[in-house]
Amino acid sequence: MRVISHVTCPGCGCLCDDLEIEVEKNTITKVKNACGMGESKFLGYSLHRPQKPLIRKNGELIEASLNKAVKTSVEILVEASYPILYGWSNTSCEATRIGIELAEEVGGVIDNTSTVCHGPSVLSIQDVGFSTCTLGQIRHRADLVIYWASNPWSAHPRHIERYTNFTEGRFRSSAWNKYLDSLGAYRSERRMQRAAKLAGEIRGMPVETPSVKERAHRLPHTLFEKERKMIVVDVRRTRTADIADYFLQVEPNKDYEIFQALRTLIRDEELEVDSVGGVPVEILEDLTDVLVGCEFGVLFFGVGLTMSEGKLRNIEAGISLVRDLNQYTKFIIMPMRGHYNVTGANIVSTWQTGYPYAVDFSRGYPRYNPGETSVVDVLSRDESDAALIVASDPVANFPREAAQNLIKNPLIVIDPETNATSLVADVALPSAISGIEAEGTAYRMDRVPLPLKKVVKPPRDCLSDEQILRRILREVRRLKRKGGRSNG
Amino acid sequence: MPSLKVTLLTGRTLRQGQGKEYGKLSERYWKSVAICEIDPDDLKKLDIKENNPVKITTDYGSVVVRTIKSLRSPHVGRVFVPYGPWASIIVNPKTHGTGMPSFKGIQATIEPAPSLEKVLTLPELLKRHYRKEEKPR
Repeated sequence: MRVISHVTCPGCGCLCDDLEIEVEKNTITKVKNACGMGESKFLGYSLHRPQKPLIRKNGELIEASLNKAVKTSVEILVEASYPILYGWSNTSCEATRIGIELAEEVGGVIDNTSTVCHGPSVLSIQDVGFSTCTLGQIRHRADLVIYWASNPWSAHPRHIERYTNFTEGRFRSSAWNKYLDSLGAYRSERRMQRAAKLAGEIRGMPVETPSVKERAHRLPHTLFEKERKMIVVDVRRTRTADIADYFLQVEPNKDYEIFQALRTLIRDEELEVDSVGGVPVEILEDLTDVLVGCEFGVLFFGVGLTMSEGKLRNIEAGISLVRDLNQYTKFIIMPMRGHYNVTGANIVSTWQTGYPYAVDFSRGYPRYNPGETSVVDVLSRDESDAALIVASDPVANFPREAAQNLIKNPLIVIDPETNATSLVADVALPSAISGIEAEGTAYRMDRVPLPLKKVVKPPRDCLSDEQILRRILREVRRLKRKGGRSNG
Repeated sequence: MPSLKVTLLTGRTLRQGQGKEYGKLSERYWKSVAICEIDPDDLKKLDIKENNPVKITTDYGSVVVRTIKSLRSPHVGRVFVPYGPWASIIVNPKTHGTGMPSFKGIQATIEPAPSLEKVLTLPELLKRHYRKEEKPR
């Protein structure tokens, strides 16, 4: 048995790098320190894997050699006049770099999953900039943590434990024991309420208990104390909201209004309404005091802001709120990136082309205009005529019309596992899993690069995404030199 | 048949995250995403029980999923479907010039599923909505 320590988890944007993996006969037998999602990835990665490349013939996917699959992929890409190259967030930066070279070579549009994730956040940051820092700074210094439209307990399960309230920082104590105390108190309260209700029913006199809604509109005193605290703002109560010091429930699509109301209150101006976005103004006034009164605040925001009405304008308002707060105290803002290397895909794309996503090479030079060159828009207008998908499942996650237009044209999928997209592909190339079977580099959500380790060997003849893309790129160049169609 | 006007929210859950890592073809994944978390009061209004199939219809499509009684109510009038092929059928594809479709805050109608309509498996869903027609090359 072999124990490999300090393994980086290719699960989510947290990129926890303290995992311990036990390996026996090239099989992972135990995973330590990982969350439920990370553990599932390391223990379940081998369950639904195609063993050989597949090519569609007469409507059926049949096994083929790697050479044949690469040749067919190359023909599809060279014959296409406007191919899409999409995915890139679940693979290494090294693979993305080759993907961008390939996009330039075939004159296609290359986009990564941030286009349906934090793409609007990128647009806002380009508009107004943002003040941010690393997660290490937050761990040691932040005393106020806000999760806005984000549910890390479900989507980034170790974020709170490693980087915010439940971690022991150099200058801030963990709130774990405080949480356990409050949980005990809450359970006791629930037991008392149930007993009172039962007693009331027996006596025929129903007992009134404070409703959850009433509790939600009262700011707890702990928010004003000089210790680490957490506020969650969301449209529905989540698991993260359960552990927060305060949960602010807002109406769907009203985040922009709340941000602007808080900005108004920070400037000591009056709001001439009773409530904003379903939140009473007096609550917002108290919240303003908490925001201004902290020593180091951080606003983590999720795709609840980018996917609802307002999109990039919501983020712009959030960044502006943080900018305003910096006149009084230290405050930073950070997007909660989902896929483990979506940040890396943005960074590689930016250093290679000048733009973070939605880069169009059809004119021979990089062009960037989200809304036009972003993949969902290209597909909705039905402009592409082929696609290469790397480490992603757009058929499962794109709106139906876009996915239908994706699959009606020749479709190549490079992915370790069978998914909805590979089931409707014309060529499916199984690859080694980055971070488990292949090394590489990935960027954490705070833009810190971390090495991905190879802990087991991939199945025989299974190459990494980077190696497969290199072969395709080499063959594309060879075919074009021989007189194949040029798209530059 | 009773029906309700609701706001549709989509998002991640821990079970969905675990399910996708165990494989998109696993039963664990289908069971974690072909669901709809609904407020217990809304469930009563629809006169159905937990685990019964409901049909969610938006301007962009309709899909049948299984109901789960929300553990974190009240959120009357708001239903939650985890990201996945089922949610993608009914989300708003319009990007409003940003590249980003609207996956949250969509107006929808929810009703008990007609007796002939059941929750589809992933292969059934692909067959119905994403039929692959091979183009000769």
